[in-house]
Amino acid sequence: PHRPTPTMNCRAEVLEVSVEGRQVEEAMLAVLHTVLLHRSTGKFHYKKEGTYSIGTVGTQDVDCDFIDFAYVRVSSEELDRALRKAVGEFKDALRNSGSDGMGQISLEFYQKKKSRWPFSDECIPWELWTIKVNVVNLANEQERQICREKVGEKLCEKIINIVEVMNRHEYLPKMPTQSEVDNVFDTSLKDVQPYLYKISYQITDSLGSSVTTTMRRLIKDTLAL
Amino acid sequence: AMDTDLSSQDRKDLDKFIKFFALKTVQVIVQARLGEKICTRSSSSPTGSDWFNLAIKDIPEVTHEAKKALAGQLPAVGRSMCVEISLKTSEGDSMELEIWCLEMNEKCDKEIKVSYTVYNRLSLLLKSLLAITRVTPAYRLSRKQGHEYVILYRIYFGEVQLSGLGEGFQTVRVGTVGTPVGTITLSCAYRINLAFMSTRQFERTPPIMGIIIDHFVDRPYPSSSPMHPCNYRAGEDNGAVYPSVEDSQEVCTTSFSTSPPSQCVFTVTKAHFQTSPPVVTDTLKVPVTGLAFSHQLSSSRLSYQPAALGVGSADMGYPVLFAGGLNAAHPHQLIGPGKEGGVPPIPSQPAHGTQADQDRMCTPLDGVHYSAATPSSSEDTETVSNSSEGKCGSPHDLLETIFIRKVGAFVNKPINQVTMANLDIPFAMFAPKNVELEDNDPMVNPPDSPETESPLQGSLHSEGSSGSSAGNTHDDFVMIDFKPAFSKDDILPMDLGTFYREFQNPPQLSSLSIDIGAQSMAEDLDSLPEKLAVHEKNVREFDAFVETLQ
Repeated sequence: PHRPTPTMNCRAEVLEVSVEGRQVEEAMLAVLHTVLLHRSTGKFHYKKEGTYSIGTVGTQDVDCDFIDFAYVRVSSEELDRALRKAVGEFKDALRNSGSDGMGQISLEFYQKKKSRWPFSDECIPWELWTIKVNVVNLANEQERQICREKVGEKLCEKIINIVEVMNRHEYLPKMPTQSEVDNVFDTSLKDVQPYLYKISYQITDSLGSSVTTTMRRLIKDTLAL
Repeated sequence: AMDTDLSSQDRKDLDKFIKFFALKTVQVIVQARLGEKICTRSSSSPTGSDWFNLAIKDIPEVTHEAKKALAGQLPAVGRSMCVEISLKTSEGDSMELEIWCLEMNEKCDKEIKVSYTVYNRLSLLLKSLLAITRVTPAYRLSRKQGHEYVILYRIYFGEVQLSGLGEGFQTVRVGTVGTPVGTITLSCAYRINLAFMSTRQFERTPPIMGIIIDHFVDRPYPSSSPMHPCNYRAGEDNGAVYPSVEDSQEVCTTSFSTSPPSQCVFTVTKAHFQTSPPVVTDTLKVPVTGLAFSHQLSSSRLSYQPAALGVGSADMGYPVLFAGGLNAAHPHQLIGPGKEGGVPPIPSQPAHGTQADQDRMCTPLDGVHYSAATPSSSEDTETVSNSSEGKCGSPHDLLETIFIRKVGAFVNKPINQVTMANLDIPFAMFAPKNVELEDNDPMVNPPDSPETESPLQGSLHSEGSSGSSAGNTHDDFVMIDFKPAFSKDDILPMDLGTFYREFQNPPQLSSLSIDIGAQSMAEDLDSLPEKLAVHEKNVREFDAFVETLQ
């Protein structure tokens, strides 16, 4: 048996960027790291009587190679690796899709809600960030140089947008007790503690619909004959 | 009602949070304008000295300046803490770039939990500040400081003064945090005249000789503090001594509780450290109320005649290491066109002059060592390697240089009206090119293929002298001569410059021209009826195939 994931009260933000192929990774990392900077805390250390202390989050500057842009990320190699892996897969999927170079990558923050048998645990999203990407092809070096600057400026705007959302101080999961901490935070990293998150992506075909839905429709239509 | 008033413990905690928040805010802003990449380590065990659970180093001089400006007060309604970031060229002209404002308004949130929610939101706000300080135009400027200009900061407390930012400045809000005594807001107002300043190499102009700039600043508030360079280092004869790191420090040891709010536990303890921690944190010794120094900005006459150096006329109450940007021994010869190589012969710290010889090792102050990482070299340092987590060297040298602040002659002049051809202006190198028309923007209108001409023909590179390639209507820069480095005129009949100019915009390949494209399209259309006929013939086969899928 399967319960649908409730999506009420899930804040959704959408960002759009147009970039050159070689800028995809850096642009995605800049956005994802900026979001996670705001959605990560230090490691919790629980003590007696339900009190806990919080570790320290370090930060570092990252310069982009293909974009005139720099951003700040949390100092955690594990987290950086995880993001780079996801973004790398997204970039490869974009490249191999043979589509017009459109897709989106999503960062979802969720809470786990334990269910009784026979139901599996629910994942309840509370914040969803979607970055829509449009890959452009440029003809010569001049255009590429201008693109470096333009994308840099666009990313500055995105960072400001992200910070605006963060400043709304809207719903955040309640600080969990020790037994509940793994339902709210990802405690697997050794130096920082982001909220539970998952990253997924979709590639859009030239009709504007995602490839997965097109396939599903095709099969359904065929079977309905 | 009495029970909604803040308990005295909460009030004390809140004041402490606001105070340290203000100090950390200043650190983040100044460090973001040092011109270096910042890197701090995460630590899973709380050290007890990292306010707001963030690893933000404390540069002692910066904290000192901040405390001086605050003079024991906290931001309150009408009393804002401002960090002013400005740029000063090697000719001595300065321009305000940004004002970061930490303000308090009257809107109170009585319900909010001080020791928990306010604290965490202040932490979030600092993270936002880290992010935003990298996206305003001054960040990129500050990463390239060192030769033609330096970035300075100044902290003041009181009313926000935005008039020095020129017309049309923009503001960005970093965030707000509601507290029971008011709402803290953090924002930045920044000059946009330089917003589109290209970070590409500018054509360097010859030094402007013989111009006397005779301006003195008549600031409305006489107690304005002096400017400080963001990128500074310690000097030997620096008379000012900064509070040493003492063993006993008040730290923020926070314990949070997940039990119901009424049982929230928060402790601030005095911890005794055996050894100085590598990260310098502050003592809580707040300077005596009232400004330690009263100083007035006096007229300073900066002239380009090397003999005269206007420092003498300054009337400062404390030792001045160096003022202005001139030193007879170091003429500020900017590289003129035609010089080869890329490195200007300016000594590495033109505006810092002083006993200059480029002694970049820092004098250990107060027993605290900063690694003597050399600040950005003369070349573009965007190749600084991405430091791994382990390498978090302190990038700052610690010379404090005290400047006499002076507003440049043309600070409020709309820079758009100035063209490069007029070499009289001090900020010629920063004159922005016209914003390119949207028509030429590949991001707005992706180039159709095929095209006979690159839509970006009129590039923003200032190319070509009088006979430049077509469409350079957007150039504000008029290149006088283009002598590429290392090229020789006598070997090739065509020099590198000419070659470059000619082949800058090569003609389009004929196979991509419109005629051929239209031709093949016509062919496709013609063949369609044929193709349809073939498909119709085989329609039975297609149907059979579909049947098999069922």
